[in-house]
Amino acid sequence: MDDSTDRLIGALSASLRPVRPLPSPALRTLIWLILVAAIAAALAMFANDTAMWHRMTAVPDMWLAVLGSIATMTTAAFAAFELSLPDRSRAWVFLPLPATALWVGASGLGCLRAYVLPGTHVATIEETQDCLLFIVGLSVPLSAALFVMLRRAYSLAPPLTAAMAGLASAAAAATLLNFFHPFDAAATDLAVHAVAVVIVVVAARVVGSRALQNSLPGT
Amino acid sequence: MAAAQAGDRVAYETLLRDCVPFIVSIVRRQGVPSDRVDDVVQEALLTVHRARATYDPQRSFEAWLRVIVERRAIDLLRQLRRHGTREVHAPLAVECHADEAADTSAGIEYAERVKRIDTALTELPRRQREAVHHLLLDERSLKEAAAITGRSRGSLKVSLHRALNALRARMDHGD
Repeated sequence: MDDSTDRLIGALSASLRPVRPLPSPALRTLIWLILVAAIAAALAMFANDTAMWHRMTAVPDMWLAVLGSIATMTTAAFAAFELSLPDRSRAWVFLPLPATALWVGASGLGCLRAYVLPGTHVATIEETQDCLLFIVGLSVPLSAALFVMLRRAYSLAPPLTAAMAGLASAAAAATLLNFFHPFDAAATDLAVHAVAVVIVVVAARVVGSRALQNSLPGT
Repeated sequence: MAAAQAGDRVAYETLLRDCVPFIVSIVRRQGVPSDRVDDVVQEALLTVHRARATYDPQRSFEAWLRVIVERRAIDLLRQLRRHGTREVHAPLAVECHADEAADTSAGIEYAERVKRIDTALTELPRRQREAVHHLLLDERSLKEAAAITGRSRGSLKVSLHRALNALRARMDHGD
């Protein structure tokens, strides 16, 4: 062992402070999902629940899309918490892929139906802008909460972890959007949703990976 | 490690020291050059320190440490590969590279000026040459020069003044 390693061990030992072992990724995911559920409960007070329920149950692709976004939110958050641990496989990044495929596929079906069935209300540009603002705006506090929790860990793959956190937040915001989304997803609407999700994921990857790189828990 | 998480410094120091041979063996197996092994060892120790809250006492410490060390070794190997593709080791090319900003005639002009000053100095009277030699070239103080030459400070000052005037006239005339 060379002198500098010896000195480093001395310095690290001298600066040691007690730390509490982190809860499991499953438990941390659950805590974040409780936060999302609390926001959902608050938003539900301002939404027309009956109209939403009718819309969901009218056609299978609507609830399949919601199921897909909820599954994406859950699996992406779990993947982010797994990736935040230095000894976990980077293959966790693939966990949200099936759920994301279901989400995008079911939304795409709804988009096709909007063109096939006459009389379906197609979202206007103003309405799609509101969707974009809602998804991006709600993703900010959701991502922030996720990053606060992730910073307690120590990721050796910050960009991947941050991107997963972004996907989880965007999926959560898109799920909550259903409270205020009184129309089917047309092609423009679906494109705006996709753009909003991409914006959130890219922003989370850029901003969040820096935040995670600078996290020095217990030092 | 569980004791270290609880803040036991002695246990932590012992653990880190015991880890070093294990880390070195993994790093060497990963193919890290021998002169960079210590870098990876230190990086791995720092990671263990920063990530200690992420260790689950229910799981194997060795497996946890092994993955961290392997990742740190791969990081360094990637860094070396990037460095290798960006930079070329060619000392001969560096030596032979012509400095385009260099003024090739400056050296010759400088040598000529030095030669003219030397000639002008040898043509000065002895007392003036003596003053220039001690006060300017050897950078002695008036007091030291006076002690060496046995002359007064005033005399040395006058000689230096006259010598500089003579040299200036000579150089101006020469140009």
